[in-house]
Amino acid sequence: MTTRAARPYLAAFRARFQLVLQYRAAALAGFATQLWWGAIRILVFAAFYGVNAAAAPIGLTDVVTYVWLGQALLALQPWLADPEVGQAVRSGGVGYDRLRPLDAYGYWYVRTVGWMLARALPRAVLMVLAAAIVLPLVGLDDWAWRPPSGVTAALLFIPAFILMTMLAAAVLMLANIIVAASLNERGVNAVLAPLVIVFSGSLLPLDFYPDAWRPFLHVQPLAGLVDIPFRIYFADLTGNAALRGLALQAGWTLVLIALGRFAMERMMRRLEMQGG
Amino acid sequence: MNALALYGRYIITSLRAQAQYPTATLMLTAGHCAATSIEILCVFALFHRFGSVGGWSFGEAALFYALVNIMFSLADLLSRGFEVFGTDFVRTGAFDRVLLRPRAAALQLAGYEVRLSRLGRLIQASIVLVFATNLVPITWDARAVAIALWAVAGGIGLFMGIMVLQATLAFWTVDSLEIMNVLSYGGVQAAQYPLNIYAAWFRRVLTFGLPLACVAYYPVLAILRRPDPLGAPDWLLPLAPIAGFAFLALSFVVWRTGMARYASTGS
Repeated sequence: MTTRAARPYLAAFRARFQLVLQYRAAALAGFATQLWWGAIRILVFAAFYGVNAAAAPIGLTDVVTYVWLGQALLALQPWLADPEVGQAVRSGGVGYDRLRPLDAYGYWYVRTVGWMLARALPRAVLMVLAAAIVLPLVGLDDWAWRPPSGVTAALLFIPAFILMTMLAAAVLMLANIIVAASLNERGVNAVLAPLVIVFSGSLLPLDFYPDAWRPFLHVQPLAGLVDIPFRIYFADLTGNAALRGLALQAGWTLVLIALGRFAMERMMRRLEMQGG
Repeated sequence: MNALALYGRYIITSLRAQAQYPTATLMLTAGHCAATSIEILCVFALFHRFGSVGGWSFGEAALFYALVNIMFSLADLLSRGFEVFGTDFVRTGAFDRVLLRPRAAALQLAGYEVRLSRLGRLIQASIVLVFATNLVPITWDARAVAIALWAVAGGIGLFMGIMVLQATLAFWTVDSLEIMNVLSYGGVQAAQYPLNIYAAWFRRVLTFGLPLACVAYYPVLAILRRPDPLGAPDWLLPLAPIAGFAFLALSFVVWRTGMARYASTGS
């Protein structure tokens, strides 16, 4: 019964995933940009660590891994609303979505997940090749992307990764809904991108910010996008702290999905069809 | 009409077009300001945690950040035509129309769409400059102002040169390649920290390859009246930004080679 019910959503996910996977040039360009970006970030970190490594909350090898992991999974960060939602709303295509005998939120949600994963996957594979395999081979061991610190960390990273993807999609759904209500993605993206980059830990691991900010930084929803899963990966968060991190990710995901469903229902009631 | 007057006309037309949508322009500028200012947060947090690096305090590093972002925002404002050249001109065939007009193609492209929203970066960088001035403190006498203006001019030349190279690539690829962003945006990223904190090979890239150090690091040393910790002679420091103009000139040489092999896409 449940598999029957899930089938259309799986199909929607697969269709979107396979389509976006076709954009190979975009993936290659994205990879090259992220490789360079990661390299600059690491050079800057190395300079600061060279002066006063004791002041840092985590070791240099962990920061290097953090940077590469972040660059590899950059496309999983919810900084841009799904471009197809904006198009569908402006062209009137959203009318078809309303006619489907599916849950509208669920349908957009799985498509958004498909879009994000398909953009992330090829870049992540290339980044593993470059940063985790080629760098150690050419003798730049200190600057390489390390595997997870231990079996427990690796096992804990699996749910952390799934939750980070689900949380990112839940954030993006809120952005999608605002796009659908305002017919334009520019405003949302302008606000969303800087917020996500700072508060997820993309710009800097959250513990690098002044200590006084910590109580807030560690409980806000965006921490589950980068900071928590990555610290689980290199075993900076272990045991109960890791479980608390996973709980935070799951909790915020549920809250944001509930919020998104509520907002979507209200938005759809007021939605006016465009185009023709 | 001479080239300069025509260029002025292009800019005025584009500004008037944006003035038709004042709210949208203001919102976009504010958004751009917010999006580009998060980097200073990163610089601040790192200095706050580690103290100083390479003999630099946060205030001094903020001066690098401010100057680099000011030069990039102005270059960005003036070279939109080159940035979208592949997508909007070569692929669509619109470049044929540009070539038919009895004016230099480069001039027409430089005057294409001067986007006011790009001033968002300029605004935040100027605010950082004021903060840096108070933190260090910097005395803005005639000499320091002259060096700063000269460095910004050189920097505009350098960043425009990168955009021209990016556009030139489109003669071969028939599309704008984002990959060149590693030079423009990545360059800003690299040059907003003082050069001497980097590893030697990277310093060499930033001095002789992509001469960002010549428009940011050396002139800032001259403004702060500091000798170069890496040992460049004092007389060289204020002269260095000339490398930006040299880079721009070189880019236009490459641009001409590209133009010579341009074949229309025919649409």
